[in-house]
Amino acid sequence: MSKPKISYSRRSILKGAAAFSAASTLSAPMIWAQDIKNVTLRQFGTGVSNLNDVAVKVKEDLGFTLEMTALDSDSVTQRAATQPKSFDIADIEYWICKKVWPTGNLQAMDTSKIKLFDKISPIFTTGKLTPESVVAQGTAPSTVGFVADQGAKEFAPEVTNWMTLIPTIYNADTLGIRPDLIGRPIESWAELLNPEFKGKASILDISSIGIMDMAMVCEAMGEIKYADKGNMTTDEIDKTIAIFIEAKKAGQFRAFWKSFDESVNLMASGEVVIQSMWSPAITAVKSQGIACVYQPLKEGYRSWGGGLGLSANLSGIELEAAYEYINWYISGWVGGYLMRQGYYSAVPETSKEFMDANEWGYWYEGKAATGDITSPTGQKLASAGDLRDGGSYSDRMGKVACWNAVMDENQYMVRKWNEFIAA
Amino acid sequence: MAMPRSNTATGWLLAAPLTLVLAAFLVLPIVMIVIVSFWGATEFSIYPAFEFDNYRYLFGSSVAWQVFGTTFRYAFVTWALTLGIGFTVAYFLAFHVRTLTWQITLALICTVPFWTSNIIRMISWIPFLGRNGIANSTLLSMGVIDQPLEWLLFSDFSVLLTFVHINTFFMIVPILNTLLRIDKSLIEAARDAGATGPQILWNVILPLAKPGIMIGTIFVLTLVMGDFITVRFMSGSQSANVGRLISNDVGLLQYPSAAATSVVLLCTVLIVVAGLLRLVDIRKEL
Repeated sequence: MSKPKISYSRRSILKGAAAFSAASTLSAPMIWAQDIKNVTLRQFGTGVSNLNDVAVKVKEDLGFTLEMTALDSDSVTQRAATQPKSFDIADIEYWICKKVWPTGNLQAMDTSKIKLFDKISPIFTTGKLTPESVVAQGTAPSTVGFVADQGAKEFAPEVTNWMTLIPTIYNADTLGIRPDLIGRPIESWAELLNPEFKGKASILDISSIGIMDMAMVCEAMGEIKYADKGNMTTDEIDKTIAIFIEAKKAGQFRAFWKSFDESVNLMASGEVVIQSMWSPAITAVKSQGIACVYQPLKEGYRSWGGGLGLSANLSGIELEAAYEYINWYISGWVGGYLMRQGYYSAVPETSKEFMDANEWGYWYEGKAATGDITSPTGQKLASAGDLRDGGSYSDRMGKVACWNAVMDENQYMVRKWNEFIAA
Repeated sequence: MAMPRSNTATGWLLAAPLTLVLAAFLVLPIVMIVIVSFWGATEFSIYPAFEFDNYRYLFGSSVAWQVFGTTFRYAFVTWALTLGIGFTVAYFLAFHVRTLTWQITLALICTVPFWTSNIIRMISWIPFLGRNGIANSTLLSMGVIDQPLEWLLFSDFSVLLTFVHINTFFMIVPILNTLLRIDKSLIEAARDAGATGPQILWNVILPLAKPGIMIGTIFVLTLVMGDFITVRFMSGSQSANVGRLISNDVGLLQYPSAAATSVVLLCTVLIVVAGLLRLVDIRKEL
């Protein structure tokens, strides 16, 4: 106990606040069991994982209050970077962590306090799902998941005792298609620019993600070979955007979408038959009784992942509560909830207890459903005999080509993106 | 000496509330925008500075010129169409509808679309114009076309259609107002003097309707030039006007760049309006 105590005090003194409370509560770990009910942790993050059901369950299982604020990812980044006192727990994506960590607003987590640390999916620790896997391009979680010691501002290349984020939700994204309107197998990202789908394709108008989908397409077409799709050179950006401007001028795209609902409507109405899409949007189209497939492609997936980070201001009983929360988060209930939405959780095995054999088989193992598959809100998503698009966890997460990232040339890329939209 | 002084004081006091409200909620924010337009930005924060980078980028980039061009094109076409439709409707209401009751009733019917929000009226065009939408399926079943018309939706056509739909009313009201004030005896005199219908329209009614046309023009131009949401929804994000440029910058936390674009847009609109006001002295004619 003495080592963390010293470092908390030092941090507190540096901040000039709450020094004595940190020291006093830490030395008396027995008291907090009663006091923890009065603790309120303020969590903010993107809408995708700020689930009210989680807050309700936290109150039930752990006794303390979790306040959640949902923001868009730009605001999340800004808040994590500029307003450290406004939150206790930041639910951010890994690429945001890369940008925000150097500000010192987050504190590293002691992995010895995380009971299931050894069970966390290797994607987030070594970066290799299987020993022979290669770490994907972009901001792979393993590359920003650890620091050498608690106060370190730079990421450690290997697994250490100090973790930056505890992974919460992640998934592998690909193109969504309307198999009934296309009528032939789709196997490559290059199909997005296939003239066959002229006026019936779409891509998302969120530059940081859109550029990666573009890169997957250009690479699949054999036009460009990227050193790192997550961190392109200005030359690579120019070439990528030029290819897409040409396609846009030729009338390849029906529309671009910015919000989840728009992507659902474009697909459901048949305006678009192939487009970049997110997993829950596919579910939404399917639940309208329309055929829609989250098509696995031979070049692999573009993946994203988020995690919980602790504010540097957390200390004493709040910090203990935060560890308690994190341990609970990966202990299974949340995982089961997320998996039923088509996402994955950090420690997949623990979710098994909270899902029935049919659900586990369908969502995780890629087996044919033995009965109806329903979402957490009760909508029917699949019937007996159906298979999950892309198959099992290892089939999908083992084929990640690239992680969402923010580039060094981000500002340049955004300007080129505006050119693409205005072209 | 006492009288004028207290008069001055009363005058100042009477003007004060409006002045303060305008200063706090109009002048101050604009001044702030102008100041921020010279600041610099990193990816997460903005920092005070006095640099011309934002403006230099704006004037140096072909995208900005292109986008301003698109904005003017939308504004001009919308203006021409709303003027044509608005004037016709107002003319009909003013000269062909005889009773005041009917004039008021019909004018109120023109406001019915305003009972729902702008955005809802806009979005309701999407299922109507879509590939499998009502327009295309009707035309297909009538045998007018054998392929769905792709250009109906997510095109300049749909953007302009929506602009005209939403903004024509702002043209109707001021024109109707001026037309109703025209002394009917002037028209009778013109007819007695042997003028034909088109001559009366061109030489009598149109000159007298100028202030109304001008006010309507100012409404329509400023609304269209400042819009971003119509262009985003109706073009399927495929074309950009200045408003979208600004909203993109705000989304990416590039406030200084957004402020600079706003300042340029504001100046452009002010210049256009000032030019229009030179053509017609609204105050004199009202």
